[in-house]
Amino acid sequence: MNNSAHLGSGKTFGLWSLLASFFERIGSLTVFSLRFLQTVFLPPYEFGEVKRHLDELGSRSLPLVGTTGFIVGLILAMQTRPTLYRFGADAFLPAMVAISFVRELGPVITALIVAGRVSSGIGAELGSMRVTEQIDAMEVSGIDPFKFLVVTRVLACMILLPLLTAIVDALGLLGAYVSIVIESSMSWRLYWNSVIQSLTFADLVPGIAKTAIFGFIIGIVGSHQGFKTTGGTVGVGKASTTAVVLSSLLIIFVDMILVKITVWIWG
Amino acid sequence: MGLIEIRDLSKSFNGHAVLKDVNLVVEKGSTVVILGKSGVGKSVLLKTIIGLMPPDTGSIRIDGQEVVGMDRRTLDALRKQMGYLFQGAALYDSMTVRENLAFPLERQARLTVDELEERILRQLGMVGLEDAIDKMPAELSGGMKKRIGLARALINNPRIMFYDEPTTGLDPITAREISYLIKELQQLYQPTSIAVTHDMMCARIIADKAAVLHDGVIEYEGTISGMESVSNEVVKSFLATA
Repeated sequence: MNNSAHLGSGKTFGLWSLLASFFERIGSLTVFSLRFLQTVFLPPYEFGEVKRHLDELGSRSLPLVGTTGFIVGLILAMQTRPTLYRFGADAFLPAMVAISFVRELGPVITALIVAGRVSSGIGAELGSMRVTEQIDAMEVSGIDPFKFLVVTRVLACMILLPLLTAIVDALGLLGAYVSIVIESSMSWRLYWNSVIQSLTFADLVPGIAKTAIFGFIIGIVGSHQGFKTTGGTVGVGKASTTAVVLSSLLIIFVDMILVKITVWIWG
Repeated sequence: MGLIEIRDLSKSFNGHAVLKDVNLVVEKGSTVVILGKSGVGKSVLLKTIIGLMPPDTGSIRIDGQEVVGMDRRTLDALRKQMGYLFQGAALYDSMTVRENLAFPLERQARLTVDELEERILRQLGMVGLEDAIDKMPAELSGGMKKRIGLARALINNPRIMFYDEPTTGLDPITAREISYLIKELQQLYQPTSIAVTHDMMCARIIADKAAVLHDGVIEYEGTISGMESVSNEVVKSFLATA
């Protein structure tokens, strides 16, 4: 009896400390995000550094997200065609692929892949700078490391994500066409016309624009984890892993809210 | 009145007191070496003085200005008059040696490209590493990293210098070379300096004055030669290692 009571209180305590640690992390992340908003408009502006990160992060992510987008488009068309065919609705395949890809799949696939690739990279890079005192070195030189390291990376991610998403959407639609053309004789012109006619402003703009918010999440979570790293190389590993997990979860959670808002506004 | 004045400074981590009412005065142009075993809080003291860690209580005045609670902008302006050599040199590992030296310089002074290059080359010449200008930090040995770190710390002719374990991790010969290099650069730039170390050889070379930190308290303050005549066991144990 005593043992089970003891076990029960241990479980409660474990759950409580887990919740406390989660909310502590979210609180710290919120303060970090507010600091970004407070700092981003103030000089000095490190445009060169933003451009450098854009080049680096873009070239690092494009091959992976591009290939994934193409293959997902191909698979989506391949999987959906038999079902639509059964109901005699296979003519709607281009429209269905276009809407699902542009509204949801393209943005979320891009964001999740970039989160895995970039957020962990930022976490590891800033984490190792923290444990080797490079961030302190910047601070004692009278240079704001938050401005130089965090603001530039977050801005680069916010610019990069919409651009990558546009490319992934295009490649996904191309992948879907390849699948369709293998199984039927639909011409590119007919396919493209169906795609264009099916897409509206409410599909395109929110789909691309929300990825800037995903870019913010990726940049800020990676930077936060890296900036707050403690505990040497083990801490760097943890920062990198936590950055991926937390940014992926936040992307999905925020996407759910944004979809609801988009549907509420545009229907 | 000293250029740096520390009064009743205390700092603790998770209830463990690392610094207990530390008092220290550093006169303008002098070099004070803080001696102490590893883990007694020497680096914490240095980081607290420069504002990287807030103290629990106490006061730190640099050139008459209170550092504790100072706003970010004023602190940054004050830090631009300071140099800091980190224990591991803390070179930016994504930048070449040239970029490492240019980084603080181009953000603090308006210089042309030629002036910038000239200052970098002059600084590297002082530490004898002109050839390393295009190398990445990963390509440098421990001693070379310290030299580059020293060149970077001194590139803005700081009025105040901080050295965190300048000889740690180096072989005795390189440690001696670095100590003499610090001494030489101290004489050239004449900054007010605080160095923390557990290396008596380094302390003998660079110090005008020594302070021995033990259990969060300064046990001895005076000249290095004066340490010989003190009966304090902690001080004696340091002399025994020299």
